[in-house]
Amino acid sequence: MIYLQVLANGVVLGGLYAAIAVGFSLVWGVLNVINMLHGSFIVLGAYVAFFAYGLFGLHPFLAAPIAGAILFAIGFSLQSTVINRVIRAPVLMTLTLTFGLDLLLNNAMLQAFKADYRKVVLDPPLGSMFIGPIVLPLDRVAVMALALLLTYGLYRLLRDSKMGRAIISVRMDREAAALMGVDVMRMQAITFGIGAFMAGAAGSLLSIIYPISPLNSITFLGKAFVVCVIGGLGSVGGAIVGGIALGLIESFAALWFGPEYTVPLSFALLVAFLAVRPTGLLGRRGYE
Amino acid sequence: MTALLKLDGVSRSFKGLRAIDNVSLTVNAGEIVGLIGPNGAGKTTLVNVVTGMSPATAGRVHLDGRDITRVAPNRIAQLGVARTFQIVQPFPRMTVGENIAAGALFSGGARSLADARARARELAQQVGIGDLTDQPAEMLTLARRKRLELAKSLAMRPKLLFLDEVNAGLNPAEIDEALKMISKVAQSGVTIIVIEHLMKVVLSISTRLVVLHHGQLIADGLPQEVVRDPRVAEAYLGKRYVEASRGPSS
Amino acid sequence: MRTAIILVIGAALFAALLLLGSNYAIRFATIFAMYATLALSWNFIGGLAGYPSFATAAFFGLGSYASAILQSSGIPMLMAWPIGGLFTAVFAAVIGLAILHLKGHYFAIASLALVEFLRELVNINDQLTGGGMGLNLPVAHAGVTQQALFFLAAMLAVTIVTLLAAVVVSRRKIGFALRCIQQNEDAAIMLGVNARWYKAAAFTLSALFPGVAGGIYASWVHYIDPSDVFDILLSVKPLVMVLLGGLGTLFGPVIGAAVFLVLEEAVWRSFLTVHAAVLGLLIVALVLFLPNGLMAIGRRRRRASQA
Repeated sequence: MIYLQVLANGVVLGGLYAAIAVGFSLVWGVLNVINMLHGSFIVLGAYVAFFAYGLFGLHPFLAAPIAGAILFAIGFSLQSTVINRVIRAPVLMTLTLTFGLDLLLNNAMLQAFKADYRKVVLDPPLGSMFIGPIVLPLDRVAVMALALLLTYGLYRLLRDSKMGRAIISVRMDREAAALMGVDVMRMQAITFGIGAFMAGAAGSLLSIIYPISPLNSITFLGKAFVVCVIGGLGSVGGAIVGGIALGLIESFAALWFGPEYTVPLSFALLVAFLAVRPTGLLGRRGYE
Repeated sequence: MTALLKLDGVSRSFKGLRAIDNVSLTVNAGEIVGLIGPNGAGKTTLVNVVTGMSPATAGRVHLDGRDITRVAPNRIAQLGVARTFQIVQPFPRMTVGENIAAGALFSGGARSLADARARARELAQQVGIGDLTDQPAEMLTLARRKRLELAKSLAMRPKLLFLDEVNAGLNPAEIDEALKMISKVAQSGVTIIVIEHLMKVVLSISTRLVVLHHGQLIADGLPQEVVRDPRVAEAYLGKRYVEASRGPSS
Repeated sequence: MRTAIILVIGAALFAALLLLGSNYAIRFATIFAMYATLALSWNFIGGLAGYPSFATAAFFGLGSYASAILQSSGIPMLMAWPIGGLFTAVFAAVIGLAILHLKGHYFAIASLALVEFLRELVNINDQLTGGGMGLNLPVAHAGVTQQALFFLAAMLAVTIVTLLAAVVVSRRKIGFALRCIQQNEDAAIMLGVNARWYKAAAFTLSALFPGVAGGIYASWVHYIDPSDVFDILLSVKPLVMVLLGGLGTLFGPVIGAAVFLVLEEAVWRSFLTVHAAVLGLLIVALVLFLPNGLMAIGRRRRRASQA
């Protein structure tokens, strides 16, 4: 019976992880840029929700699109001013650059908000739901559902909208896309912005579950990495598969080995996947 | 006498697509074999299979009697197989001299860096880029880059040399120069397999012609005979054309 | 040669600094020696071979803990250091088998994950490593200045050995092979370069010296804990130093380390709280405006004047 509970926990956790990772996967898959700022973007989105709730009583679920929009603006500007300049440079340069930018952002957040852990405590709390013998905390389920909705929205955007098609074309062949009249620079900035949007919105949703602090950004980044490598880059499906896989593995690992083993295990898994199947379970796609 | 290169029922598949299909071929030392066929026939894939870059998924490859089917590409290079690339691939930020020295050092048996550099200068002279040895390779024109590729391969002291479309992008005068150089190389004892789609070029230097079509070997013999083979005409020009040019059945 | 002049000036400054005798100067010099070693070591895999490794912290931490644990089992310090270094080198060789076939981003992440993985592993195995509570090392019975000088000498010795290794590598076949691999790995293989072997050698070299340095560091500070020695900045700073000094050059890592540390000291004194932000700014500026490092500035000017 406990297995069912652990399974359920794993799936819910997996949904959260997928939400954390999907923006990261987009940027990496389409722009070939590893955005070391991703974790900090999530934390920033959480702060937006925290202050929106504290100052205006705005529910984090409603704050999510606002947080997303703010992060979109930040991401778009960063990409167009700074990151675009090194987008064709070797991996070393882009990684180091985004690392440096993250140091800046993270430190700025530490200065502004201090390192204390905050949390959005909903009043009244959401409680739990019961499906047979399984207990599911409603806040997690709600966040997971909304996160998946958000992810689905991204999927439809990429697939059906003109902008989405333009983004995919840039991934497939930059020069050809430019020849077709796509404003490549702009699309790259938009893509990065969308990645930031997803991070901000996810952060806002997660603010009711995880404690908020700049110290947490590395944790989120780490999860995003593992999800992308396990699930496969460049597809929404990959983020979901990777997220759920990681969620399940962590849940069962916590049961069998103890919760302190979940982090090293996920990194060991990362290295193992990279060694054996770097393209992940679903393989690397051009973000279709 | 053992053949220099022997392919036995070699196939190479990519996710279900058979790029090379059951090819058996023997090349003896001293030959100049022209490897021809329409685009996509599998010529470059064949080179990749022999050099180990893209190992065979079926069949065996023998070099001088030795099974090299599963041998690592750098080892095959050291055993005496060299190739030029269609899209020239130098070490861009190293000088011309260093590029050639690399071949001498890692496959050509040079005893030291200094020895390799000396040999590189000689070879650069031989192929006609002797005054460019200190230039970074990325600054070379296309024709000169092709010479560099050749020099690099020769530095490896190969027994077998694959020349993959060495004439692409060259003007007729440059092509003539290239052909003269290829002859000289053959005379020095290197067995050559030339991949080429310019018929006149291939016919002028090959001692033998091999034709690939859809990954399969469809003709193998003396140049004059192969060009008259109807299957070859069909491969290049299509069935209908061949039948049409034959006229109403007699 | 420009490099020679810079080095002579640097060595003179260094000697002057030591003659001042102050413990502060000695401490600064020791840190410089340590980072110079890390930067030179990273250059083997990151600069020469062109594989963006973030594993330096993993090797440093592993060396620290290996040497500390050996010492707590009674092995004398001067033996524990090289054994710790060797252990780290072997670890790198083995891990290399698993990750050196990866390219670009994937390799970078794998190396990054190594740091995180080892840190958590050390945290968990607290029976052996003291876990989050850290590990104490025996304090020698000698005067403060004497100890300081001793550890400076030890660190410096490792730096010199690393530099010698770098010189040897750059002059011989292995250096040439690594440069070929970095510029076009496939073409290199087709020319007969055994890329797997050479990359493994570079990776191992990039681990050996940090492993020893980590051991010396542990003895020097007498106390280590996982987040201290498995700090990602120990991977990033040497990298930045090499970028600053000039990727793949021989003395670039040393010069970059010196310039970086002087800058850092200056910043630290004035901007204590925003220290990390300033480091971030430095990194961003470096990547955007000086991707070829300081050594390239003169070169560009010279070429322009020749035009």
